[in-house]
Amino acid sequence: MSRFSPYDNNGGSCVAIAGADYCVIASDTRMSTGYNILTRDHSKIYKLADKCILASSGFQADMKALQKLLAARHLIYQHQHNKQMSCPAMGQLLSNTLYYKRFFPYYTFNVLGGLDNEGKGCVYTYDAVGSYERVGYSAQGSGSVLIMPFLDNQLKSPSPLLLPAQDAVTPLSQSEAIDLVKTCFASATERDIHTGDNLEIVVLNAGGIHREFMPLRRD
Amino acid sequence: MFRNQYDTDVTTWSPAGRLFQVEYAMEAVKQGSAAIGLRSKTHVVLACVNKAQSELSSHQRKIFKVDDHIGVAIAGLTADGRVLSRYMRSECINYSFTYESPLPVGRLVVQLADKAQVCTQRSWKRPYGVGLLVAGLDESGAHLYYNCPSGNYFEYQAFAIGSRSQAAKTYLERRFESFNDSSRDELVKDALIAVRETLQGETLKSSICTVAVVGINEDGTNEPFHILDQDAVQKLIDAFEIVKEPATEAPAAAEPEGDADGAGASDAAQDPPAPAAADEGAAPMEI
Repeated sequence: MSRFSPYDNNGGSCVAIAGADYCVIASDTRMSTGYNILTRDHSKIYKLADKCILASSGFQADMKALQKLLAARHLIYQHQHNKQMSCPAMGQLLSNTLYYKRFFPYYTFNVLGGLDNEGKGCVYTYDAVGSYERVGYSAQGSGSVLIMPFLDNQLKSPSPLLLPAQDAVTPLSQSEAIDLVKTCFASATERDIHTGDNLEIVVLNAGGIHREFMPLRRD
Repeated sequence: MFRNQYDTDVTTWSPAGRLFQVEYAMEAVKQGSAAIGLRSKTHVVLACVNKAQSELSSHQRKIFKVDDHIGVAIAGLTADGRVLSRYMRSECINYSFTYESPLPVGRLVVQLADKAQVCTQRSWKRPYGVGLLVAGLDESGAHLYYNCPSGNYFEYQAFAIGSRSQAAKTYLERRFESFNDSSRDELVKDALIAVRETLQGETLKSSICTVAVVGINEDGTNEPFHILDQDAVQKLIDAFEIVKEPATEAPAAAEPEGDADGAGASDAAQDPPAPAAADEGAAPMEI
């Protein structure tokens, strides 16, 4: 008899890229279980605060529970401090929340994107138990193994140890970042069976939040 | 005559069947500065007088947002009010976390009333010394409740609590029948006029009062509970106050024909203010 497993993997991929004054967060909208598709139209992106957006993939029930918990904590913070939580603060809160369940983890692979206190783009990437780091870009989920190497190729800064010294990577404009994200997902969709259907892209900048969609292969 | 013998603790009845500690707690509410609430079919307005203790200090917060659809104005011991607001906020958050829907106002006030009742039946506690005007919106419409330290609660069309609230209540009693059909702006105006009644001669300025609104707009969208910005309130005050007439008339019943014609003859109660007004420009401290 196979033991009851409290977890399931509902698949999907998430990406976030930080720019000088914007942040792009994207994920596909396919929800699957095993080799079956449950729905083609389920968002993995959740707005936690004005300047902070969470994208998670993994077990959808845990994703939902985590989003609700963070939203409630944010409300309490707002009542106590009379302002919204900053992205770095939310980053720490998410890490603590995940580690709180170190011995029965949230099966979620999270990427937090937003603007830091200076208005620059910031991206935090997590593992299931809360280990996190601020980075310039990240991918999580079933397609991350396909997307991350491509992002490294396009966005990674040259090592400071190299001689002769090479320029830091040129800053990406917002529209270039969006195009890059679309390319990533189009490629990941080809080879990852759990990624596809529709791509949801959310852009956060000083002007507010902007959302767009792009269809992906449905096979 | 027997009052002093039976008023030492809240668990002692008087021979006349009264709990004096609870009644003393209601006295504390009457000593606090005024808070007023009015409701129409679609909106609820809370307004209160915010006097700073001295020129050097900030104003006390008397209106608290509890959730998007509920807010509360307090009169009495503000510390007790703050603690109860925190409780109400926590109840709203927990309810919407569990049920993914907003906590109905009627439920919240019952929970609040039960909490207050506990303090009237424990020898090691004291009643909360604060009256709360709870304004909220739920599926059954707009509501205004008053929660007493005694653990009682009542629903009102309009009500005023705190010091000199009788003047406001007199005004509200005259006008309450029309509130149900009032528009949002008329309701806010009536609230400001009621606040002015409690000031008894002092000029009404946005720096000494706070106004908050919650409701459903005509197009069906919600107007979440929020405190109106000082400039907006001052504009509304200026709109219904015409140049003060120097002749003094009987201060009582000096209420303008509060219709949108704006020709409200605001007389009497607006004698050129002599004292105070030293909090000119003092903004409430945002905490």
